[in-house]
Amino acid sequence: MSPMAHDRQGAPPAGEPAPEAIPEQSPAADAGPEREAAPRQAHGAARTGMWRLLLRDRVATLAACTLLLVALTALLGPLLVGDLATKQNLDAVNTAPFQSDEGWAYILGSDSLGRSMLARLAVATRTTVSVAVPAVLVSLLIGSVWGMWAGYHRGWRETLSMRTADVILSFPSLLLAVVVLYVFSPSAANIVAILAIARIPIYLRTARAESAELQSRLFVDAARTFGTRSGAVIRRHVLPTVLPTLLTVATADFCFVMLSESSLSFLGIGIQPPDISWGLMTAQGRQYLQTSWWMSIFPGLAIVITTVSASVLAAWFRIATDPAQRWRLSLPRRQRRSVRRAGQEVAR
Amino acid sequence: MITFLRRRTLSSVIPLAVVVLGVFCLARLTGNPASLYLPLNATEQMRQDFAERNGLDQPVLSQMADYLGGVLRLDFGESLRTGQSAGRMALDAFPATLQLAGFTMLIAVLGAAVVGSWAAFKPNGLADRVCSTMSMIAASVPDFWFAIVGIWIFAVTLGWLPTSGVTGHGIWILPIATLVVRPFGVLVQVVRGAMVSALSSPYVKLARSKGADDYRIVTHHALRNAAAPALTVAGDLTVGLVNGAVVVETIFGWPGIGKLMIDSILQRDFAVLQAAVLVTAVAIFVLNILIDVCYALLDARVRQAAKT
Repeated sequence: MSPMAHDRQGAPPAGEPAPEAIPEQSPAADAGPEREAAPRQAHGAARTGMWRLLLRDRVATLAACTLLLVALTALLGPLLVGDLATKQNLDAVNTAPFQSDEGWAYILGSDSLGRSMLARLAVATRTTVSVAVPAVLVSLLIGSVWGMWAGYHRGWRETLSMRTADVILSFPSLLLAVVVLYVFSPSAANIVAILAIARIPIYLRTARAESAELQSRLFVDAARTFGTRSGAVIRRHVLPTVLPTLLTVATADFCFVMLSESSLSFLGIGIQPPDISWGLMTAQGRQYLQTSWWMSIFPGLAIVITTVSASVLAAWFRIATDPAQRWRLSLPRRQRRSVRRAGQEVAR
Repeated sequence: MITFLRRRTLSSVIPLAVVVLGVFCLARLTGNPASLYLPLNATEQMRQDFAERNGLDQPVLSQMADYLGGVLRLDFGESLRTGQSAGRMALDAFPATLQLAGFTMLIAVLGAAVVGSWAAFKPNGLADRVCSTMSMIAASVPDFWFAIVGIWIFAVTLGWLPTSGVTGHGIWILPIATLVVRPFGVLVQVVRGAMVSALSSPYVKLARSKGADDYRIVTHHALRNAAAPALTVAGDLTVGLVNGAVVVETIFGWPGIGKLMIDSILQRDFAVLQAAVLVTAVAIFVLNILIDVCYALLDARVRQAAKT
């Protein structure tokens, strides 16, 4: 992922030639971090420290900025490009990218109807994000509540939950999606529901394992001795301890969900035209691969850049929320790698 | 071993039963299964005939008995497109997918064993970097995009490889290269991790003090112990390969079960879709049992634990 590729993808809403994009950007950039920082707010006082840590790591900062840009594009992009995404311009059919004589809208080329690729990518960002984010949130919510409940109570509740998770996980998610989307029509809501169901076991397992371990700890015992009811113990004592782990899993799972949605759309059983998502755009551009490669290469690149950023950030988050490893992030990056190796040597 | 097998079979039969019943329930959830099986423009008369012929006017329980009987006899009804038996079509498409998946896993496992051990042996070396790059790609590059970039570079621009359909050895390269990325990327990390811990164990130190050379230590001592965790992951990856196979078969026009599924969806051919999904489910069930057998053969402790 070169910085150049990053610029290319990031161009849609905030690209410099768009004059109206510039005033929009600064208030939005202030509002944006809330969205990105939502996981970190759980840490309350530690928050400013986390921000400083993030800014020290250049790669993680870049990943966070990319995700922020994707979020902003999803929010504001369709407004900024207006009807450019659907406007056909038969004079500019199949324009090759990076030729500035047609104006900034055609910087990424145009498709076979002369629609601007840049504008279409911006609109597709909203569809893609609005499937992936709800799917992750729903599965995170259901999976973690269910998992904490199962792990806290143990016994038959735990066994039943784990068997259910096994059943869901033992079949490829696409198999489930294929049948369900055939029987019910492939709409965005159905795709969200299927992806959420397919991913619930991931959080269920993680939350169960952590809360089963916590359940026998002294501070949970103490709370119980004072007569706290189980719901309150889970909420006040188990949840704050488990949350960082669950959020790390959710960040990494964002990749999986986005890739699944793209695959479904690519196969023609996900997002349906006239709506567009990145996966669908890749599929639509496929038949023009011989003549206009940019039609399917750019949407795919958008997917790759977003998922790479999410997995980089997830890896960073995993270290940052682990008190035993966190000090490493305060070292310069080059030094950190050698420390990590040394740590592995010691662990042996 | 027999007890072990029986117990494992029983516990993996549950997911299979859930899928079989799930397909039955889904087909009835939408109200009228006739609208699923028949073309969209079917007349009211056709729908009634279909309902009578297939016993859809019977109570649900006897319908279910019919359905289960049909599944056992591999009788899923007829394809709307070709009029052939749907079960036959699914079974005919199956070997093509099996070949593709088999070669892919063979390459992924062998490659991961070599590169993973090498990376564990020489930290920070070339293999170590290949290892982390590949696992990053495996987690974040969609396989359809990988396939398209492959076609664009090697088939369209350079013209070295055919895009699809032609006979010859060339048609194998791009589909397998696309499919191999994910299993290889994940496995190589697992092998590397397992080898790092195996290489630091006392028995490797003993072998080294005995004077065994590096090659022998890796192949005879460490690799066998590192194989168990890798095998579990390889099994899961093979199951997950179905996802990739659907995409790859669609792109490259591979006449396998994934393409059959997508074709039958696009042409509203529920009988074939149902047959393809159930055949895949059975294949995954068999695969899970095979993995458990391998696991028991590899690790005597697993066999012993099952006896008690």
